[in-house]
Amino acid sequence: MGSITLRQVTKSFGDVDVILPIDLQVDDGEFVVFVGPSGCGKSTLLRLIAGLEDVTSGTIEINGKDATNIPPAKRGLAMVFQSYALYPHMTVRKNIAFPLKMAKLGKAEINRKVTDAAEVLNLTDYLDRRPGQLSGGQRQRVAIGRSIVREPDAFLFDEPLSNLDAALRGNMRLEIAELHQTLATTMVYVTHDQVEAMTMADKIVVLQAGVIEQVGSPLELYREPANIFVAGFIGSPAMNLIEGEHATNRDAKTIGIRPEHFNISLESGEWRGKVGVSEHLGSDTFLRVDVQGVGMLTVRADGDFPARHGDEVWLTPDPERIHRFDDAGLRINS
Amino acid sequence: MARSVTNNRKIINTVAAWCCGLLIFFPILWTVITSFKTEAQAISNPPVFLFFDWTLDNYSVVMERSNYARFLMNSIFIAGGSTLLGILIGVPAAWSMAFVPSNKTKDILLWMLSTKMLPAVGVLYPIYLIFIKLGLLDSRVGLMIVLMLINLPIIIWMLYTYFKEIPVDILEAARMDGASLKSEILYVLTPMALPGIASTMLLNFILAWNEAFWTLNLTAAKAAPLTAFIASYSSPEGLFYAKLSAASTMAIAPILILGWFSQKQLVRGLTFGAVK
Repeated sequence: MGSITLRQVTKSFGDVDVILPIDLQVDDGEFVVFVGPSGCGKSTLLRLIAGLEDVTSGTIEINGKDATNIPPAKRGLAMVFQSYALYPHMTVRKNIAFPLKMAKLGKAEINRKVTDAAEVLNLTDYLDRRPGQLSGGQRQRVAIGRSIVREPDAFLFDEPLSNLDAALRGNMRLEIAELHQTLATTMVYVTHDQVEAMTMADKIVVLQAGVIEQVGSPLELYREPANIFVAGFIGSPAMNLIEGEHATNRDAKTIGIRPEHFNISLESGEWRGKVGVSEHLGSDTFLRVDVQGVGMLTVRADGDFPARHGDEVWLTPDPERIHRFDDAGLRINS
Repeated sequence: MARSVTNNRKIINTVAAWCCGLLIFFPILWTVITSFKTEAQAISNPPVFLFFDWTLDNYSVVMERSNYARFLMNSIFIAGGSTLLGILIGVPAAWSMAFVPSNKTKDILLWMLSTKMLPAVGVLYPIYLIFIKLGLLDSRVGLMIVLMLINLPIIIWMLYTYFKEIPVDILEAARMDGASLKSEILYVLTPMALPGIASTMLLNFILAWNEAFWTLNLTAAKAAPLTAFIASYSSPEGLFYAKLSAASTMAIAPILILGWFSQKQLVRGLTFGAVK
């Protein structure tokens, strides 16, 4: 069991409204990612669910029961912090055992659970070390271990990977996804990294300035972004947004074309442009192409595409995959 | 760029530091030396420094005349008790100010500190009357409470600075792990702040040990600590310098020894937070 329901939840700090009325349903066993730029309120929203902040108005239900005024310790949720927040004066063993000790479990049971968790997370050899003697990845695993031992109804992750280096982040991403498969427990995950959101989530909640811009599966958001903000935020490199003549021709204020939805050629095409900077990733090459009357576009080409700075190329957008947005920035469905 | 320090400069600095140190330490040194002189040598002019007949007579007279052990026990009880009581009140107070501050917290902190600017004698009369009414005059408990109260602002300020250094994430993690407020303070905050709490206790113990205004005014015989013991040898005629010095030496010896062994902790305590 681990469903979370937010009804008209708001949060203000003094005169500043951080969260405007939000309704959200997190189903049991779901992996939900809150994503958005810094300051969008995603961490605050997570802290409201955790109970570390009090809501200004609205209700939070956990497993169908009103939990708005229940203290964090009693909500049955576990949280992994960005800073890991391990207890520096305790060994790894004691860190992981702490929630069990708070739950007043017997010594034998605590020992068994700690040993199990350590095994799952490859921490067995480090049980008697202190957090200060561990690497970033190991600390993160201890933080996760501490949260899984108490078998919570749901896990809350607050940007857990942003302090790790890129390689480690990739590994931990897989480990967390794996953990979700194994435990089949609800997870709510906050990140500003849309790659993490796309790769891990069952459901992504895109937030901006305290408002939910769109909720949907990663591919839904990729294929049918509800507005310009989501269109620009989801997808890497970001979608090209074009205003002007080309948009009006298609009955829209703005049109959006993803870098991967261009046909690029050296001979012919719809738009002619000049290649600026190109980034060679090996498998792909991302070209910055200056198209007259359109502006600077990012285009994905094959890794072997033979284009250099200053070359002329022809671009043809895939007509099926042009996103159209109206004056208010909302999607126009064809 | 690192400043280059020439050898000459180093020597000058060292000499200057030693001079300052000796200047500060000299009264204590002089007291200790005087305590080994006869009364006549103690007031001789010009004063004798090291070359005199060293004697332990003053100590035996002082031990004979007064019950040193009783004064010592009173000092330990009053200083220790006021420190423990202060920590007991100070930890939760500093916790709330450091971790759940309101917009008045800074004002309250400053207000608390401002009470230290009040001359103690200004409230002697009301406190004296309260003590009479409550029957606390010349009682160790009464003194313990008064000393705790006058040092509480310092205790709370010091603890507050220490607690501010502890990442609030860790306390929140404890809350998420199911810790009650009591467990959070007991198992997470206190162990992490232990060095800070220890130096706060140490400093407060020393302050309470040396406190002479309230201890002299609110005690007579029963609860009198070592400060009163010293004062009892200070006669207006000024004829007993050597014995007064012996009493002083005996009174400050325990705290000097304590301070010597914990100087590392003390220095850390006094400079904590100054340098990140």
